[in-house]
Amino acid sequence: MKDHFFGLADRLNGKLRAGETLLCSLDAERSDFVRFNRGRVRQAGSVQQRFLSVRLVRERRQAAATVAIAGDGEDWELARGAVARLRGDLAQLPEDPWLLIAEDPISTETVRRGRLAAPEEVVQQVVAAAAGRDLVGFLASGTIYRGFANAFGQRNWHEVDGFNLEWSLFLPGDKAVKSGYAGFDWEPATFAAKLEAAAGELALLALPPRTLAPGEHRAYLGPRALDELVGLICWGGFSARARATKQSPLLRMEHGATLSPKLTLLENTEAGVAPRFQHDGFVKPASVTLIANGRLEHALVSPRSAKEYGLETNAANARESPESLDMAAGGLEPGEALAALDTGLRIGNLWYLNFSDRPAGRITGMTRFATFWVERGRVVAPVSPMRFDDSIYRMLGDNLVDLTRSRELLLDPSTYEQRSTASSRLPGALLRSLKFTL
Amino acid sequence: MPDSLRNRFLALRSAAPFWSLRYIEETRESLAVRQDTLEPPGLAVDRGAMLTAIAEGGHGYCATSDLSAAGLQAALDRATAWAETTRSASVYRFDPRRMLAPKGERRVPPGGAPALSRRELAELLAEECRRAKIDDRIVERYAGVELCELEQLYLTNTGGEVRQEFRYAIPHAHVTANRGAETQTRSFLHAQQGGLGELARSGFIGAGARLADEALQLLAAPNCPSGKADLLLMPDQMMLQVHESVGHPLELDRILGDERNYAGTSFVTLDMLGRYAYGSPLLNVTYDPSIPEELASFAFDDEGTPAEKVWLIRNGILERPLGGHLSQLRAGVPGAAAARASGWNRPPIDRMANLNVEPGTSSAADMIGSIERGVLMRTNVSWSIDDSRNKFQFGCEWGELVENGRITGVVKNPNYRGISATFWRSLKAVGDASTFEVHGTLYCGKGEPNQAINVGHAAPACLFSGVDVFGGEGP
Repeated sequence: MKDHFFGLADRLNGKLRAGETLLCSLDAERSDFVRFNRGRVRQAGSVQQRFLSVRLVRERRQAAATVAIAGDGEDWELARGAVARLRGDLAQLPEDPWLLIAEDPISTETVRRGRLAAPEEVVQQVVAAAAGRDLVGFLASGTIYRGFANAFGQRNWHEVDGFNLEWSLFLPGDKAVKSGYAGFDWEPATFAAKLEAAAGELALLALPPRTLAPGEHRAYLGPRALDELVGLICWGGFSARARATKQSPLLRMEHGATLSPKLTLLENTEAGVAPRFQHDGFVKPASVTLIANGRLEHALVSPRSAKEYGLETNAANARESPESLDMAAGGLEPGEALAALDTGLRIGNLWYLNFSDRPAGRITGMTRFATFWVERGRVVAPVSPMRFDDSIYRMLGDNLVDLTRSRELLLDPSTYEQRSTASSRLPGALLRSLKFTL
Repeated sequence: MPDSLRNRFLALRSAAPFWSLRYIEETRESLAVRQDTLEPPGLAVDRGAMLTAIAEGGHGYCATSDLSAAGLQAALDRATAWAETTRSASVYRFDPRRMLAPKGERRVPPGGAPALSRRELAELLAEECRRAKIDDRIVERYAGVELCELEQLYLTNTGGEVRQEFRYAIPHAHVTANRGAETQTRSFLHAQQGGLGELARSGFIGAGARLADEALQLLAAPNCPSGKADLLLMPDQMMLQVHESVGHPLELDRILGDERNYAGTSFVTLDMLGRYAYGSPLLNVTYDPSIPEELASFAFDDEGTPAEKVWLIRNGILERPLGGHLSQLRAGVPGAAAARASGWNRPPIDRMANLNVEPGTSSAADMIGSIERGVLMRTNVSWSIDDSRNKFQFGCEWGELVENGRITGVVKNPNYRGISATFWRSLKAVGDASTFEVHGTLYCGKGEPNQAINVGHAAPACLFSGVDVFGGEGP
């Protein structure tokens, strides 16, 4: 894959005309996907996809095209045809005042070989372990490829083997525990242990459920629940463009509002699993501090925003959203989280969050999967799904009691168009109060 | 490509009794002007094929962009291997004899107005962007259009052959106004099938100045009041309401449990069909592929089922779910041509296509005149609903207070919340054909692997009673 992509880029660069610059990117993967329902296979298959993006620049004009390629000799004609079309388009376009591409070559290569089990073996293991259980889940496994090459000689390559198996174990009445096993080396014993640990939670779910009236309750958010909350804030919250156009959900922080001093958030590329480079050819710094001790710090600045607003780019992607999010740990020992909660809700997952007042940072969403009512530090009952509607400045500000000392690395299971390489490393969070409305 | 592909398909071999090929070629262009600056134009040419094999009891697929004879055979071999692997492990005993062998075609209807050149189109977008600059408080102006041509071919080894074509030109725009810590946005989206001739009748011309004016009005408006009130949802918010709290709960794969690990389940169960009062007797919901311009009108779904209009809810009573051929076999109930895939690299699952609310008999003036205290809402901005599609909270860009039968002013941050199972029973008036509009959304997310797909929703304005409405933070 790598030789084929760089070979195409070299041939295309060899055909450039005077004054032209070409940027090439590759987004490809070989993936096996298996869905499970009721402990058996619902849908199993494989996908091989390769998308070549070419961007032609001349006299401060630019145009881009993406083509699906086959991985064989016919790709050259597709790629050459795409560049020829762009060459014709450029003549019709005005200069782009916000064009910024990397011109100082920084080449990188990351290849991470994993020990992936054959998907058929994983199917056998999952079906066997799920016997007698209502398991529903999804396996995505295989190799992800990302590449970049430009006419200045820069070459970047990212090739990672990985798997992400997520599952939910259900009891009658739509009560479920969600868990997962993601990584680079499949170990049957590790999978079995994680499944058994999740199954252990089912005993608690079997207790008679409690329905809570709307109101404010003390709450402990596990790392996956906090991931949903912070994930929504990442929708424009750290974007230089969103800040400049006053559309950030953290707008009030630009007017002096602060979060808890316990909260520090980084885009920690060095510790993540996403590629270090982006489609303009810029290579990301090791980390960018987004929030330091509750105060808004740096924005993620794409090259385009850098030109538009006179900023320095930090090689953010075009959406200016974090890909390797990292929240600093707190002082709460995980084993003491329930004792510190005392009486309130232990929330494993949140679901379907959205802004109920974006500029004010107000968020609504649902509890989902294992959510329990806790009294005096002990789980006493599962809780039916509840809707919360509360402000970032209360949840992660005045009402943030502490964060856990240990953190969890969560690999993004998203597979829209392609398997995600994003990740987040987060602690759990103890909240003095969370406002429930329905 | 389809003719040569057909010949390659005929040469394929598999040990499976049934196999199929689904080919998609899509050319998509995006053009946009932001802050009076042309964004880099984008062009995407995507093509590939999914091979599916069904053995006795097993099912497998393999998708590839390698469309050579060897590439297709390798993909079919992989699909066949999956079908063999899953024969004794599948949740449903797939029967190759019950797979469809459809025949037919759908061609794009002739275009209306002559196509604009790309330069003319860019100038048109620039004009809308420029006209939105009416005040220093306008902080972002954006106008764009997506152009798409799509060709599909579906072949089966049992003689099935379906060719379908689609064309889309989708204008969209948004304008944002700000004062201090307050920001308001108004947006425009005309999501329908058709060529560039659609632009003239879409309402896009003049949208820039109109959106800017409305964003400024919102900036000056009070928050939507809180409390129980009548709620008049205009068609562009009815789109979201019917999508989230009728469409998704009626998806048969949710009811069968397939989506419980990701998109969620449904409060609807199979025993409700034919007897459950989903809404008031005024509620009539259809799966309707017969409106040509609606976003998800097609002749066959991605499992080969011919698309025909069917009633899902009639006079308030639930009649049938949204399930494709395979889901219907699994559940033993009738459904609709609802098996759809977002592309060649994703397998078909149960989806909404065009999910519509049928017009009623009330005029807009009659509905407004009947409201003692209520809020009119339009254009969705926020959506959240639980995993069984029951407890929801939705927000709109635009609200208007209605008091004693008259609209009395604009309100900002209008939100409302409710429970699907009871909300539709509070439907007290359904707008007539004069209030009926065709809308659609481009990104309905669901499935593992994840799929985002377009969906059409046509609806009249509808009036609900006693709904919990509220506004944003502050006064």
